[in-house]
Amino acid sequence: MAREPARSNRPPLELHVPEPPARPGEAATFDHIVVPVAGETRRPDPREEPAAMRDLAYGLVRVLDDEARATGPWNPELPPETLRRMLRDMALTRAFDDRMFRAQRQGKTSFYMKSLGEEAVAIAAAHALDDADMLFPSYRQQGLLIARRWDLVDMMNQIYSNKADRLQGKQLPIMYSVRDANFFSISGNLTTQWPQAVGWAMASAARGDTRIAATWCGEGSTAEGDFHSACTFASVYRAPVILNIVNNQWAISSFAGFAGGENTTFAARGIGYGIASLRVDGNDALAVYAATEWAAERARGNKGPTLIEHFTYRAEGHSTSDDPAAYRSAAEASAWPLGDPIRRLRDHLLGLGEWDEERHAAMDREVAEQVKAAQKAAEKNGVLGHGLHHPMETMFEGVFEEMPWHLQEQRRQMLDEWKAAGL
Amino acid sequence: MSEANETHAGASEVNETQTPVTSMTMIQAINSALDTMMARDEMVTVMGEDVGFFGGVFRATAGLQAKYGTHRVFDTPITECGIIGVAIGMGAYGLRPVPEIQFADYIYPALDQLVSEAARLRYRSAGEFTAPLTVRSPFGGGIFGGQTHSQSPEGIFTHCSGLKTVIPSTPYDAKGLLIASIEDNDPVIFFEPKRIYNGPFHGHYNRPAASWAGHPDAEVPEGYYRVELGKARVARAGGDVTVLAYGTMVQVVLATLAEMDEAPDAEVIDLRTLVPLDIETIEASVNKTGRCMIVHEATRTGGFGAELSALVQERCFHALEAPIQRVTGFDTPYPHSLEWAYFPGQVRIREAFKRTMED
Repeated sequence: MAREPARSNRPPLELHVPEPPARPGEAATFDHIVVPVAGETRRPDPREEPAAMRDLAYGLVRVLDDEARATGPWNPELPPETLRRMLRDMALTRAFDDRMFRAQRQGKTSFYMKSLGEEAVAIAAAHALDDADMLFPSYRQQGLLIARRWDLVDMMNQIYSNKADRLQGKQLPIMYSVRDANFFSISGNLTTQWPQAVGWAMASAARGDTRIAATWCGEGSTAEGDFHSACTFASVYRAPVILNIVNNQWAISSFAGFAGGENTTFAARGIGYGIASLRVDGNDALAVYAATEWAAERARGNKGPTLIEHFTYRAEGHSTSDDPAAYRSAAEASAWPLGDPIRRLRDHLLGLGEWDEERHAAMDREVAEQVKAAQKAAEKNGVLGHGLHHPMETMFEGVFEEMPWHLQEQRRQMLDEWKAAGL
Repeated sequence: MSEANETHAGASEVNETQTPVTSMTMIQAINSALDTMMARDEMVTVMGEDVGFFGGVFRATAGLQAKYGTHRVFDTPITECGIIGVAIGMGAYGLRPVPEIQFADYIYPALDQLVSEAARLRYRSAGEFTAPLTVRSPFGGGIFGGQTHSQSPEGIFTHCSGLKTVIPSTPYDAKGLLIASIEDNDPVIFFEPKRIYNGPFHGHYNRPAASWAGHPDAEVPEGYYRVELGKARVARAGGDVTVLAYGTMVQVVLATLAEMDEAPDAEVIDLRTLVPLDIETIEASVNKTGRCMIVHEATRTGGFGAELSALVQERCFHALEAPIQRVTGFDTPYPHSLEWAYFPGQVRIREAFKRTMED
């Protein structure tokens, strides 16, 4: 029973429920986003204490300016060959996404997630880290595997859950696990990989190893308790780990405001933990590279964790299971003020005289052909739902190291019943 | 790594029970198991709230930090989610973490990391990554701990695929099972019945507490030995009725039988491991006695007793001469002042024996 409200002269309380700047049918606006001039944000010495660089959590590390020239203290001054490799890896990732998205639409698999518009976040980070460093990704960092030259056919076998899937069809498409590429098994539950990455990094430090860890989550899932547990552990033990928040503005249909994005930056989450925190233009491959390199240097020098917010835009739906036209303005992607990461790096290379339109067009054709050939090879091993999966009794394998009696019994019963039914 | 594994496998076959035997409480036995394993395997790492310098609120980790250093025995922030998540990452690195959750009642913030992560890591990665964790946690009531220091949440974990659940009822088993759990390459939930840490509880809260001193099951070898997971123990042989129990309730059932007038000749089976369960020992016993009683402290509905009852019914239906009885905690939160009405103590166990033996 609600009580009679007390009479008072106080104004009624109001509950604030965030609303995104634009909904379907409305003009997209990003007027609320302040984009600092490239090169403006300072670059502290990587050995500096977190308390002396809190301003960086509210700035935006940018290297490529509006004319795609590299400028300022964060310019990693990479050789053109590295720039071209990053460009190609991003293009390959985009082509891979495009093809696999269509494969899902053709009924060849159940699920896919693109990283359209945010390819730089994974690709540039992978290039800045050592291949021996351990990655604890979320589900939208397929670019890490591509940058580490993992076999596309192997990735597709996993997406198709076919007979060649190393994960034996046990895991949802794109939830890769590639131990040989130092790429941890993707969960699908959100931010659970953060404390795990911190634990791995703590173990590496406790053993006197030299390898560091890096992990990723979305801005929406910074609200999970795991995020805060991970930050606390990382701070307390000064774990050699890079904590990446990919702020792509959207968590399925909920804009960043539902994770607190209206009130502060996500990089600023790190300040309360005493963690060095950067906010980076996530569509600027050079800025992502420079920030990751800086954070890795801190970690390798026993200066502890770094939290990096990658400010970017999810240019596609969350997955094949949602239609972004149902919840956000269709004009948003083109209005996004930080542009497209591939176009920006291409323009930079063009400006350097290290690239040309013909080579770019040829590269696009090549990556498309590469993906197409990989798809053809993968589909020889089957696609989802066409019988070329692992034998059904393998369902019971790998629950434990050794199969206990109750699983053996369930397996036997299943096989007997199918046999009795004449199947 | 492969070399370490070989050493490990080879060593596990060595029976070192010839080492001197000492009378230990269950806490001392657990401490000895941790000490033994930390000395044998430098990857074994102990972590948790207050486990380091202080040695744990129940003293289970006393002296370990001084002996093995802060890299292998350390205090953690108060975040169970973080403790288990970090332990999973350490396990993926190659360590063999033994995290402590200070009370089983506090384990819920870690559920996602246990149920969705540790339990499924081997499966979802097709064996690329594993979670060789042993999560130690004191559980159960009988210490006036109220709602937040008394619960028995084992049924949550036994229901989840990919986890092993182990519960000792004696100091000897506590050490041998803990060693086997730490050596196991799958995640193990190791619940320690805190009511019998220091003595085998008889069920009388208002009588002087019993002590492990002089108890045959408290004679514990100082060195390495294993009690294999998945093997039950016949704590008392008998022919009239089978009692399935684990943890504190094993001791309470034994005391009840010892004190009962006209006690039935009960066979008391201490399950020791709930998953994987020793179904053969259970089946053989119920087929022999034709009667079965299940005793646990956890709430009844959907509890592990329900699974036991279903298994016995499926496998021993034609041998059963009476309905299977369950003596459990009630489906209420654990009350404080009414703890001894809630606790499945001697009165309720005696009445259940009468019902089981009636027909």
